[in-house]
Amino acid sequence: MAIAGTILGRLLKAALTLFAIAVLNFFLIHAAPGDPAAVLAGEAGAADEQMIADLRAQFGLDQPLYVQLYRYVGNILTLDLGYSFRQGAPVLDLILERLPATLILTLTAFWISLLAGVALGVAASARVGKFTDSLITGTALLFYATPLYWAALMAVLVFSVQLGWLPGFGYETVGSGYGGFDRAIDILKHLILPALTLGLFFMAVYMRMTRASMLEVAQQDFVKTARAKGLAPSVIRRRHILRNALLPVVTLAGLQAGQLVGGAVLTETVFAWPGIGRLMFESLAARDYNTILGVFLVSALMVIIFNIITDIVYRLIDPRIGQKA
Amino acid sequence: MSLWSRFATNRAAVAGLIVLIVVIIIAILAPVMFPKGPWAMVQRPFLAPFGTDGLPLGTDTLGRDVMAGLIYGARVSLLVGLVSTVMALLIGVPLGAVAGFYGGWVDEIAMRFTEFFQTIPNFALAIVLVAILEPSLTSITISIAIVSWPPVARLVRAEVMSVTRREYVDAARLAGLSNLHILTRQVLPNTVSPIIVMASLMVATAILLESSLSFLGLGDPNIMSWGYQIGAARTVIRSAWWLSFFPGVAIVLTVLALNLIGEGLNDALNPHLTRKGKS
Repeated sequence: MAIAGTILGRLLKAALTLFAIAVLNFFLIHAAPGDPAAVLAGEAGAADEQMIADLRAQFGLDQPLYVQLYRYVGNILTLDLGYSFRQGAPVLDLILERLPATLILTLTAFWISLLAGVALGVAASARVGKFTDSLITGTALLFYATPLYWAALMAVLVFSVQLGWLPGFGYETVGSGYGGFDRAIDILKHLILPALTLGLFFMAVYMRMTRASMLEVAQQDFVKTARAKGLAPSVIRRRHILRNALLPVVTLAGLQAGQLVGGAVLTETVFAWPGIGRLMFESLAARDYNTILGVFLVSALMVIIFNIITDIVYRLIDPRIGQKA
Repeated sequence: MSLWSRFATNRAAVAGLIVLIVVIIIAILAPVMFPKGPWAMVQRPFLAPFGTDGLPLGTDTLGRDVMAGLIYGARVSLLVGLVSTVMALLIGVPLGAVAGFYGGWVDEIAMRFTEFFQTIPNFALAIVLVAILEPSLTSITISIAIVSWPPVARLVRAEVMSVTRREYVDAARLAGLSNLHILTRQVLPNTVSPIIVMASLMVATAILLESSLSFLGLGDPNIMSWGYQIGAARTVIRSAWWLSFFPGVAIVLTVLALNLIGEGLNDALNPHLTRKGKS
């Protein structure tokens, strides 16, 4: 019951957020220099006069601003994200076609960074002040300061160009004719470098959080009790400390998921990964604002969905949450 | 112990400070060191580093001096990092302070607003803003400020809430001081240290954001930056590694230095918060 109520509340909030983003998009189009119709059609003369006139009529640019706003938001809420004159296709189709690649990339990167980050954080906290701790903390600091796209480029340089271990370009081998299992392995090989480099920064974030959280929980009374009972340190760490220390990490992971989607723009650009991030990059050069705003909206939607999932997971891990409210 | 001596006990933070000072000096002296500027073609393109006298880091795809670009790039990184952080503070501090001080519906509205901006993917919003406002130093700085202020607002709100509950604030109320006076003279000064720590980390994040925008081709077209250098060399990574390698090292060093300084400041300003084992 409690969970159903929560989900309903979250969905309502999600709808409001989406509405607000649609409104924001509308004002952004009007903030761009020049005629909104020309802006949407792409500036570099991609659309002819007739198209622009049609657009003007469609958006009712002769109408008062609030009527235009009403129409625009209505379009977006019915999932009509407009037309990309550059690519000659509806924006929604372009995005849906590319979405699976981005989902594969971001979800893989998310799990790699979360699992590796928590594991390293636990390892560091178990040897506080020792060499292992300094090594892990130092490496995390370095990853934390490394630009995503540069890590990606250097990974291509080392593992793809120099060593030739992994492909550094694309989603699968073009024209290989692989099918079934072979194709899956091929995609997996292409996925390793993008997912690892996208996950590095976030791994550093989760590692720092886990380490701090583990150290904090280790000070609490129930841990002393467990120790007094004579439990082995590894059992205390796993059953008593880690379980409690994970809660703030899960919260952070949910919040950080949004950054992961943003980071995908950089990673996909470097690796020519055919996702919505790469679509956004291509649209930037073409000044295809309709597509840019569409990708922006969809990535915000992904974040909202991610947050709802985190919220539910959180409540399942810790039933105490939600009872107070 | 004085603030400085507490800061100085953290060797990594001091190292960070030294690196930052060097970068600042380099940024200031750029026009003296390279009077021709970063865009001048000085030699034939694709000269490898360490091979030619006067061109320690070689030349890029258009025969420009990579070293000159690197030195000039320090200017835009520091400038955008600093100015966007100040702007983010100017949005976040007042909003968080008012929310935390007045509470109730003011707090509710301010926090819903903040939450909205936190939900939107940071980097995607920055891209959209710069793309639509046309890339320029101003639009980049404003965009980074717009995506960076929410954590400040939340931090200040929490700090103000806890300080406002203290007795001396009640005393100030009884003494008949105005709300504005209490907030600006009695409460906010006591929230300064965590804000300073957060600001130093924000400068680091802003530098990363700026370089990422420039990498995607959303930099100011008239200004040489590290992100632009890497972005322009992206397609020739196989033949000219040095074009993307050195600017990246510059970014990592600068951002790392700022993060170390931030941690050092945190330990020095909030000694009672420093956890055991957080060496």
